[in-house]
Amino acid sequence: MIPSAFTFYKPDNIEKAISLMADFGDEARVIAGGHSLIPVMKQRLTDIKHLIDLSGINEIKGIEITGNQISIGAMTTQVELINNEELFKKAPIIREASLQIADPQVRNLGTIGGNVANGDPANDMPGLMQLLDATYKLSGSNGVRDVKAREFYEGAYFTVREDDEILISISFDAPSGGYAYEKQKRKIGDYATAAAGVILKVENTMCSSASIALTNLSDTPVYCDKAVDIILGKEIDKNILNQVTEACVEQSDPVADQRGPVEFKKYVAGIVIKKALTRAIERT
Amino acid sequence: MDDVKTPSREERKSALSGLGTSRKRVEDARFTQGKGNYVDDIKLKGMLFGDFVRSPVAHARVKNIDTSAALALPGVHAVLTAADLEPLGLHWMPTLAGDKQMVLADGKVLFQGQEVAFVVGDDRYAVADGISLVEVEYDELPVVTDPFKAELKDSPILREDIADQKEGAHGARRHPNHIFTWEAGEKEETNKVLEEAEVVADEMVYYHRTHPCPLETCGCVASMDKVNGKLTVWGTFQAPHAVRTVASLISSIPEHNIRIISPDIGGGFGNKVGVYPGYVCSIVASIVTGVPIKWVEDRMDNLMATAFARDYWMHGKISATKEGKITGLWCHTTADHGAFDACADPTKFPAGFMNICTGSYDIPVAYLAVDGVYTNKAPGGVAYRCSFRVTEASYFIERMIEVLAQKLGMDSAELRSKNFIKKEQFPYTSALGWEYDSGDYHQAWEKAMTSVNYKQLREDQAKQLQLFKDGKSRKLMGIGLSHFTEIVGAGPVKNCDILGLGMFDACEIRIHPTGSAIARLGTISQGQGHATTFAQILASEIGIPASDITLEEGDTDTAPYGLGTYGSRSTPVAGAATAMAGRKIRAKAQMIAAYLLEVHDDDLEWDVDRFSVKGAPEKFKTMKEIAFASYNQAIPGVEPGLEAVSYYDPPNMTYPNGAYVVVMEIDVDTGVSDIKQVYALDDCGTRINPMIIEGQVHGGLTEALAISMGQEIAYDEQGNVMTGTLMDFFIPTAWETPNYETDYTETPSPHHPIGAKGVGESPNVGGVSAFSNAVHDAFKPFGLTQAHMPHDHWRVWKIAKDLGLHS
Ligand SMILES: Cc1cc2nc3c(=O)[nH]c(=O)nc-3n(C[C@H](O)[C@H](O)[C@H](O)COP(=O)(O)OP(=O)(O)OC[C@H]3O[C@@H](n4cnc5c(N)ncnc54)[C@H](O)[C@@H]3O)c2cc1C
Repeated sequence: MIPSAFTFYKPDNIEKAISLMADFGDEARVIAGGHSLIPVMKQRLTDIKHLIDLSGINEIKGIEITGNQISIGAMTTQVELINNEELFKKAPIIREASLQIADPQVRNLGTIGGNVANGDPANDMPGLMQLLDATYKLSGSNGVRDVKAREFYEGAYFTVREDDEILISISFDAPSGGYAYEKQKRKIGDYATAAAGVILKVENTMCSSASIALTNLSDTPVYCDKAVDIILGKEIDKNILNQVTEACVEQSDPVADQRGPVEFKKYVAGIVIKKALTRAIERT
Repeated sequence: MDDVKTPSREERKSALSGLGTSRKRVEDARFTQGKGNYVDDIKLKGMLFGDFVRSPVAHARVKNIDTSAALALPGVHAVLTAADLEPLGLHWMPTLAGDKQMVLADGKVLFQGQEVAFVVGDDRYAVADGISLVEVEYDELPVVTDPFKAELKDSPILREDIADQKEGAHGARRHPNHIFTWEAGEKEETNKVLEEAEVVADEMVYYHRTHPCPLETCGCVASMDKVNGKLTVWGTFQAPHAVRTVASLISSIPEHNIRIISPDIGGGFGNKVGVYPGYVCSIVASIVTGVPIKWVEDRMDNLMATAFARDYWMHGKISATKEGKITGLWCHTTADHGAFDACADPTKFPAGFMNICTGSYDIPVAYLAVDGVYTNKAPGGVAYRCSFRVTEASYFIERMIEVLAQKLGMDSAELRSKNFIKKEQFPYTSALGWEYDSGDYHQAWEKAMTSVNYKQLREDQAKQLQLFKDGKSRKLMGIGLSHFTEIVGAGPVKNCDILGLGMFDACEIRIHPTGSAIARLGTISQGQGHATTFAQILASEIGIPASDITLEEGDTDTAPYGLGTYGSRSTPVAGAATAMAGRKIRAKAQMIAAYLLEVHDDDLEWDVDRFSVKGAPEKFKTMKEIAFASYNQAIPGVEPGLEAVSYYDPPNMTYPNGAYVVVMEIDVDTGVSDIKQVYALDDCGTRINPMIIEGQVHGGLTEALAISMGQEIAYDEQGNVMTGTLMDFFIPTAWETPNYETDYTETPSPHHPIGAKGVGESPNVGGVSAFSNAVHDAFKPFGLTQAHMPHDHWRVWKIAKDLGLHS
């Protein structure tokens, strides 16, 4: 459980980090909290020659809120997301979801940037960011660009991020309406067996806006566009909730692991989706 | 001046912190401050590190091992392979079960994670790099993971080394992948009873493969001093003296030139009883290089390669009259031993004490057969916080009782009560040959049923069931009962030995001139708190405060010979030796006191911490005074000094028992269970330290919770370990751990000097059945008879699905 040798760099600004990335190409990797990266390095599942620590770069840390606009630096830790009262007021679902990630030790170091950039379908934040329709700001040797969270993920550990690009920040509008993030896991410190996030608004018993996303139920997070289409503009009743749930489950494509076989995961997906919908509606 | 108040008898007694006192653990000051001294804390001058190249596959021929690239790496000193060990005769080693095991892959590998080569280098980093440079060519072979397929005609032969051997260490072998058949009881008679019985329940009960997973993994530091020829090994050894003798026998280093030291050990649970290739390779590497070698497993190595536990497929038949009087028990067990039979059992018991499987019940006739087989899995089969196979046995009978109750349409609490061995039947000889020492099962059971308000629980359960049936809830309530009887404290030398070493234990006491003392034992604490409790036994025996007694264990150069700590044997065996040695001290002290008081020995009586003259209590000599006198007075006919040693061969095992109840609520859709109540009543005989007992029960219950609800070592069909990290191998945190209620009855062991029976393992033994029975009980109204553990979410969900509860 000891990684192969690597050279360690700790640049103090983003330009230096990007130029290191450009110099070393796919032999380099940035490290944020290390709680996804170090385990795979220790198992020698990946061979990284140059490790670039982002923790010295202050410009990509912290939470900025202007009006309804929320921007979170990539190097903001999960515990900071949980403890920020202002953020809680604007987007309480962030705290609700973050508290369901791993355990306090992991959350003290793990960052939002590492969580979303990693591309691990088991991570909770990618689904959450799709739910919030967030935008990722990437900076590389070809400049800065914005990518929608809903367009960022291509497959397990594959994203549209180029090798020399660094995720700088994540931004989204403060959501309105009821919300819920429901996750079933085996124990504290476990990834989701199935998880679902829901944000929706009900006006005059009709659903006026909705967003639904799933975690660990496919090789990428799942934004449930079909289900959203079904619920939008509809009167909320038992029947519609069943249809929505069914449409979400249909879009899921989980794999079997020690948490259980596919059939079980799809069943539980239905349960967590239903729970999230119900709780979100209660909160509208 | 006022009279100095003479302390009362009670005050003097309480100043000793002896038996029955909830004395705080003396070990904790150092453990909680990071001052423990574990194997990995040992750092010696010039020390190198060693670690293994392990097999990535479960079954393969090893065509070639190329070590050249690794050897060329700066910092790598040596790479050992089987070829290097062969000239020393150390490429294989004997196991505790009479089999042998490859130290390093000799021509083939038989399980994933098997040790293939040992790389020695400057530090862990160089070694890890060296390991990645050793090139091993594997020629993969078909894999056997299903023990029921091991003995098929065309099954691949795993152990080619003994393929033609028709006789094993435990009798005839009928197939190259068959290890032994072990039988106990009356076959014909049992079959007859079953055939003629009014009611028979027939079930396959599987106790899955799991792992003790101590917080500290296994490791050692071996140091061969070439100048004086002395080998010192610090290691995570639960039985240091046995390791010394075995090391001497297989290395031919004279035993007096081997010193084994078990420093602080961070949990053992049976995982640290056996001898592992890491120990052998470290010793050889130290001899080869002339410097100390450290080897410490990482978590994945530990889970993958060192001793697993359980993996028993227990097919049972239990018969009864229509009124619920049990008439017979039959059991056939298929035991999956993995690639080598490395079970840690007393020699004559290849299936441990599985023949305690008649449990707490008066069963007139019984028959047990166990077949051990080889598969492409890691070796082991150790007693994970239980005496040898006692948890398996207890789980088996407690499931069979439930299945029988179902068949009879009888409440299982009542069925138990109807069949318990009665108080007046003790000492009781079981159908499978054990002599139970003492117990009052009915008293314990009634206390448990009253404490949890069993009737009320059943009513609550019925209400919940109705809500479920009415579609108002998706939850079911389960009430899990268990009554267990353990057999611990191995054991009488007449039938218990390990590799020919009788399973007695020993204590040696020296009283210092100023009246404090040191006691050394043949056991070794791994967290049980021996330094606290054994001092309490002595305090009560010799009248010296527990805080004035140092306890030492684990260094074979200083401690008396003993067989170590596992199978709850420390208190029953070494604890008895401690009391007996204490009594020898007292006997000599009596002679000294008589001389000092100028009376006859018989005119004295023992009074807490002193000898006083009968009828004249103001004339006395305290133990402290006697100790001083023993060093400075020339007493005619009495040797100076005050020391004693006792080697204790127990006349019988002890039989701790208890009654446990678990209440849980189960969500049939998610498979999530919510534990509402855990009640554990233990009868461990005389209670030495109630606080430590409670702590042991809490810990053991948490392991039982883990095992029953999720913890397993799982393999896929290719023999890959699917649970190699703590992400998938379940260890409960505080979050998953429910509240525990503990309770007790106290039925002393009649043959133990202080009546103590041992308790460290009881909660694991009794707990697993209680948790598992609760899950079964929840689904009983829908016809569930048996669902194998672990009862993790998806398997519980599967129960509900198969019973049609999801439509
Ligand atoms: C026991 C355990 C349980 C866990 N459980 C959960 C859970 O339930 N839910 C969950 O969501 N997560 C879980 N995690 C993962 C945890 O949240 C990680 O902290 C997170 O996934 C990664 O964040 P990090 O800051 O640690 O990133 P790192 O581990 O440092 O990096 C992860 C990957 O992202 C890349 N990366 C990091 N930052 C950037 C950036 N700014 N730009 C570009 N690439 C970047 C790295 O190069 C690396 O490939 C768990 C982890 C552990 C150890």
